[in-house]
Amino acid sequence: MSMPFYVPTEQLMKDKADYARKGIARGRALAALLYADGILICAENSSPTLRKVSEIYDRIAFAGAGRYNEYDRLRIAGVRHADLKGYSYSREDVDAQSLANAYAQMLGDVFTHEIKPMEVEILVAEVGDAPEGDRLFHILYDGTAFDEHTFTVLGGEADAIAERLEQTYREALALDEALRVAVRALAGDDRQLAASDLEVAVLARGNSRRAFRRLSDDDVTAALAGGEVTPTPEPPAPTPADEAATPEAGAEEPEG
Amino acid sequence: MTLPTYRADDDPGPSFLDVLRRAGGAPRWGELPADATPTMSHGTGATPAISHGTTVVAVRFADGVVMAGDRRATSGNLISHRSMEKVFPADRHSGVAIAGAAGPAIEMVKLFQLQLEHYEKVEGAELSLEGKANQLGQMVRSHLPAALQGFVVVPLFAGFDVRRGMGRLFEYDVTGGRYEESDFAATGSGSLHAGTVIKLGYRHDLPRTEAVELVLNALFQAADEDSATGGPDLVRGIYPVIATITVEGFARLPDDEIAELFRALIDRLSTPGSSTAMGSSPTIGGARS
Repeated sequence: MSMPFYVPTEQLMKDKADYARKGIARGRALAALLYADGILICAENSSPTLRKVSEIYDRIAFAGAGRYNEYDRLRIAGVRHADLKGYSYSREDVDAQSLANAYAQMLGDVFTHEIKPMEVEILVAEVGDAPEGDRLFHILYDGTAFDEHTFTVLGGEADAIAERLEQTYREALALDEALRVAVRALAGDDRQLAASDLEVAVLARGNSRRAFRRLSDDDVTAALAGGEVTPTPEPPAPTPADEAATPEAGAEEPEG
Repeated sequence: MTLPTYRADDDPGPSFLDVLRRAGGAPRWGELPADATPTMSHGTGATPAISHGTTVVAVRFADGVVMAGDRRATSGNLISHRSMEKVFPADRHSGVAIAGAAGPAIEMVKLFQLQLEHYEKVEGAELSLEGKANQLGQMVRSHLPAALQGFVVVPLFAGFDVRRGMGRLFEYDVTGGRYEESDFAATGSGSLHAGTVIKLGYRHDLPRTEAVELVLNALFQAADEDSATGGPDLVRGIYPVIATITVEGFARLPDDEIAELFRALIDRLSTPGSSTAMGSSPTIGGARS
């Protein structure tokens, strides 16, 4: 369809950006924080089934704010990207940075070429072996990507929440403290958020291959009341067949 | 690598295999040349010898299922690997054991593991145990053309059904036929002997220790009768893989524990007073506490 009137590119982009920002501002916010043993992602979400925070790969998590159908589509694309990459190369070769780049390219393309931009902001988080290896990539509706080093906030009222976090956040918090800090910042001064209003997950540094854990409502309630919380350990995830077949280091196998 | 995205009416859904096929990376075992056959001699013919894995068993016990497999892979009459693993976790609450052509079998397990994890991540919920068993059946069936050319892969699948609170096990044939067994199953070249040992020693609701001893004995006897099945390798310290799957998940028994059990078994079986009995070999003499 041809455009009947000339619209300056600047105006076109500004309109698109305003449109996307309005859509995102309507959604509830989420915050991601580095804590002592990993990354905490805490979203305001009263639905127990329509998730904002999910697992992408062994050490990588995804979170989206804005329009559910749009970020969920991005989430599934990310799972496929990661699983395909891990299958063709190795599980070690799947990292948040390349996934964040792929997301940024796609969001940028949609923003430039499609009539309707995506009304989403997404987070790609990766937990490292040591705190220095933790990554937080915050990607906007137009493909702009930020690499954060302490915490980041997505969704409606993100600026106000980030300002509150700025004052209360400290490095290497314990999980329960980090959760209290995040929830207080999300709620603000005149609201209280209960466990049922929240969706909380962590990427926990540790020995298990899959680092992603959801915190149950009971865990969250306990943490908000001031108690300590440790992510419930799950049965270990399987080692891939082709890696399991590799002889362990030190195991001697005589030639014969 | 770009993000794989599809139109809503053309979406491959939660199946990793379908995504892989669209990306062009799926293994094409069904498209082998019509005259491709594995040779049983060691790489003398035009086609190279391929490795075969041998005996695996699964037994249901009081708390779940125990799975076990020997470690030998053979190419014809030669031993190609002494430490091959044939019992794998499929996900947290299930395991898969394989017998047959080693390359395609390990590839099948790798894809099966990915298929289950991919489903869980995309859908946000695990497949039912029944669903997992059916998925594996479909993978075996799609391998049928290669199986008819000699690259046979026959798995066992077992797991703890968290919805029903019980261990369940399944065996397959090369057509992908899926048969649920209530007590035990065995596949591979030594399965006749291993299966008989289990059949004679099986009781309903065996405790864990007895179930482990039963599969251990079964593999030992299979190795005694079948040249393609490996027994405990006391010289190199390579023992069959034994794993239990219960409500706690898949847990592989540590090699030390298996070694200890084999020592006990060999002591029991050794002829009293015989200096050539296996029980007096240097690595095991006097180690029994």
